[in-house]
Amino acid sequence: MATVNGEAILSVDDLRISFSTYAGEVQAVRGATFDLRRGETLAIVGESGSGKSVAARSIMRLNPESNTIVRGGEIIFEGEDLLKLSEKRMLDIRGPKIAMVFQDPMTSLDPTMRVGRQIIESLKQHLGMSGRQAAERAAELLELVGIPHAEARLKQYPHQFSGGMRQRVVIAIALACDPQVLIADEPTTALDVTIQAQILELLRELQERLGMSIVLITHDLGVVASTAHRIAVMYGGKIIETGTVREIFYTPQMPYTWGLLASIPLPTADRSQDLIPIPGTPPDATDPPKGCPFAARCPYAMRICEDEVPGYTTFSDEHRAACWLHHQMAPNVERPARITGAK
Amino acid sequence: MDTSNRQITFTPDLFEPVHRSAEDAEKIRGAPVGFWGDAWRRLKRNRLAVAAGCVIILIIALAFVGPWLTPYTPSEQVLERQYKTPSLSGFWFGTDEFGRSMFDRVWVGTRVSLYIAALVTVMDMCVGMAYGALSGYYGGRVDNVMQRIVEILVGIPILIVAVLTMLILKPGILSLTIAIGLTGWTSSARLIRGQVLRLKEQEFFLASRSLGANTFRLISKHLIPNVFYILIITLMYTVPTAVFFEAFLSFIGLGIQPPAASLGALINDGAAQMRFYPYMLIFPAAVLVTITISFRLLGDGLRDALDPRMRQ
Amino acid sequence: MLKYTLKRLVNAFVVLFIITTATWFLMQLLPGSPIQNSEKLTPEQEAQVAEQYNLDEPLPVQYALYMSGLLRGDLGDSYQFGGRSVTGIILERLPVSIFLGTQAIIVGLVVGLFLGIVSALKQNSIWDSGAAFLAVLGVSVPDFVLAPLAQYWLGLKLGIFPIAFFESWWHSVLPSLVLATVVAAVIATFTRTEMLEVLGQDYVTLAKAKGLSRLAVVLRHVLRNSMIPLVTIMLPLTAALVTGVLIVETVFSIPGLGEQFVRSIFEKDFPIIMGTTILFSVFFVASYLLQDILYGIIDPRIRVAGNRE
Repeated sequence: MATVNGEAILSVDDLRISFSTYAGEVQAVRGATFDLRRGETLAIVGESGSGKSVAARSIMRLNPESNTIVRGGEIIFEGEDLLKLSEKRMLDIRGPKIAMVFQDPMTSLDPTMRVGRQIIESLKQHLGMSGRQAAERAAELLELVGIPHAEARLKQYPHQFSGGMRQRVVIAIALACDPQVLIADEPTTALDVTIQAQILELLRELQERLGMSIVLITHDLGVVASTAHRIAVMYGGKIIETGTVREIFYTPQMPYTWGLLASIPLPTADRSQDLIPIPGTPPDATDPPKGCPFAARCPYAMRICEDEVPGYTTFSDEHRAACWLHHQMAPNVERPARITGAK
Repeated sequence: MDTSNRQITFTPDLFEPVHRSAEDAEKIRGAPVGFWGDAWRRLKRNRLAVAAGCVIILIIALAFVGPWLTPYTPSEQVLERQYKTPSLSGFWFGTDEFGRSMFDRVWVGTRVSLYIAALVTVMDMCVGMAYGALSGYYGGRVDNVMQRIVEILVGIPILIVAVLTMLILKPGILSLTIAIGLTGWTSSARLIRGQVLRLKEQEFFLASRSLGANTFRLISKHLIPNVFYILIITLMYTVPTAVFFEAFLSFIGLGIQPPAASLGALINDGAAQMRFYPYMLIFPAAVLVTITISFRLLGDGLRDALDPRMRQ
Repeated sequence: MLKYTLKRLVNAFVVLFIITTATWFLMQLLPGSPIQNSEKLTPEQEAQVAEQYNLDEPLPVQYALYMSGLLRGDLGDSYQFGGRSVTGIILERLPVSIFLGTQAIIVGLVVGLFLGIVSALKQNSIWDSGAAFLAVLGVSVPDFVLAPLAQYWLGLKLGIFPIAFFESWWHSVLPSLVLATVVAAVIATFTRTEMLEVLGQDYVTLAKAKGLSRLAVVLRHVLRNSMIPLVTIMLPLTAALVTGVLIVETVFSIPGLGEQFVRSIFEKDFPIIMGTTILFSVFFVASYLLQDILYGIIDPRIRVAGNRE
């Protein structure tokens, strides 16, 4: 998919988010920088605990108020820093400007409220529609996301819908007020594979039709390949590599990204090539490593990696990675064969 | 924090590869901590719960040795010294209308409450757990019959059971035991059954079952440990309820009969004399309230420690 | 839903029947009869009394007579009050107890919900700790301690409230407040726990993501979902209230059913004990039934499944 050249609609700069818990301060996001352009899909990829969901929720300021600490950074949207907006101003951002789809459709709808009301709620709040108008619009929305018999469906409760259908409802709620940015937090993880493809297809279709920008949070590179324009790889609370889908898949520059790519099955690849897992576990967010977050698991780790955070090295207009291997004094390391071979 | 803000002197040795074996990457940092060890660590950090635990231990100790700390006995009646106000040099908690030392009577009365606490614990742990676990484990018709029985028992107010037992037998510790024994285990049985039904559907249980574990092993190794902690938490709430209940029965004259003492009976006497001798109400009431508060606080602490998901 | 309700209803009647039968036969084991209670009687008078209470009939007949009376709402005659009908005594005294109980529930519910909601929304704040402290105190200080203390301080010392009897509404305030403390404490703790649970749910985050105000999220989504489990504590709460009413009425000398019950125990007035027991059981079983049905009505997941398991 071609890169969308356009202005950034949303810029996240050096975002740092922590949670205070009884086990100490959890540094979930430790300096994330990325931007989202008008009409594009940006995928933020990382394993669980990498901080991708927390970063996504920070954009809408949805992390629990009681124990979230913003340690720094800014999120610029329409010239304003969302982190500094009053709660009241945020109400007008959530919904009509930025909307969100969550991971688990089984739990993200209020079980005691009819589906219709859950959609209409948003319409009444932001667009000031009357009951009748809102009901008509809600039915349209359900049809838009591919739910047949919309009128009747509006009167049903969430438990009367299947998982895939519920996720469509959640998407309909997100689209209700024509948002400019849609944040989809692992929208397909909890769904069957066949349903996953339908939902991804739906998102792509809706993007084309409505022209919105999408931030797609996922741990699944397979999902990314078909849907996103650009990828940001997140690890240990930091964005460690960003680039276009093509660049990340064919010329990845960071050993963690190599590891990620080596651990997904490729239909075209030779069966004899084994999947290679990345050994070890992600860093402890209560006591993050002071150097490169991946150093402890990196097969190419050097002494500097353990002590110093690598800066970004730029490879193209879009492509940059944070890795000491690209320092002039570093030894020359060949990318593993499986990844170059995939070309 | 950021490298860009700091000068690093790059030397070739910084770029020496670090050689690590595959095991290093998989190494788990820190010693493994078991479920109970982990819970204990969390509990210790909760100062309120620790304090409550200490208070409970102190009260248990006083209930046993308290009467020996004074030169008096709980039932010795000396009319010349009736209604002595509490003082540090004489009677610590004062004396009642028969000149009996309230200090001694309060701690003897506490023993009744502790006996009730122990009784409820045993009923919950043994009968409730076994009944609930079997009913949930076997399911089907067995479960159906067993649940009907519990449903009927639950439907009978414990107050009524107690009143009837007290009327048929003589009021006292035996009829109290029977009344609590008849109905005290039903709520834990229902709770355990619910948990077992849920656990039965979980993968680790199915896995163990498909590996051929027998019924005894399944129940003792997989079901009991997984419901035990819930039982301990509920116990911290059922104990004060039962202690209350005894005191209530004694208060309306159906529990422990004079000259024996229980906290409820003492409170009843104290309430009658409150106008002129408020200390007769204050001391037994304070001990009773301390017992229940301590159990509840310890219960809250245990819940947070054993079931961290309930906290954020 | 209808089938489910019917099943529950039948169940409730079976439970009531068993309780009544068991109680009745146990009563026969009790020492004491109306004849012993009275002063010296001539043999004729004794025979007359025996006839009034059907004591001359064999046990099964007595049981049958009692049960058939029960179906007609006749609970027999008291051993005291010159043999007045138990039903009459209960009907006379019940309204007072119901009034006290209802007033206590209303006050307790309002205060409890307020404390619970505030402490959940202001989690870990000073409000939260304050409410938690009050709640622990409320459940840990029993009625039979609180009632004499309130009577002493607020009644005798400060002279704000009357300390006994039931002559005006003002007389009911102190007893109701004592009863309401436990209700408020239980509801506050419960509401807090449930609300925190619901506040962490995805659908609440989604509601926030819709741009609803905090108030709207709480009112439309959080409260509704946290109030459903509240139905499940109705039973223990009613139970607590019944024992509470016994104590409060006794302490404040209020002529309600609870005070009558306690007195009947001392006076071994079996027909009244029996009648009150049945009434309490009906109360219990009915609240159980109501709880299940309400649960089904409020929660659409259960309504369709038709079964709670």
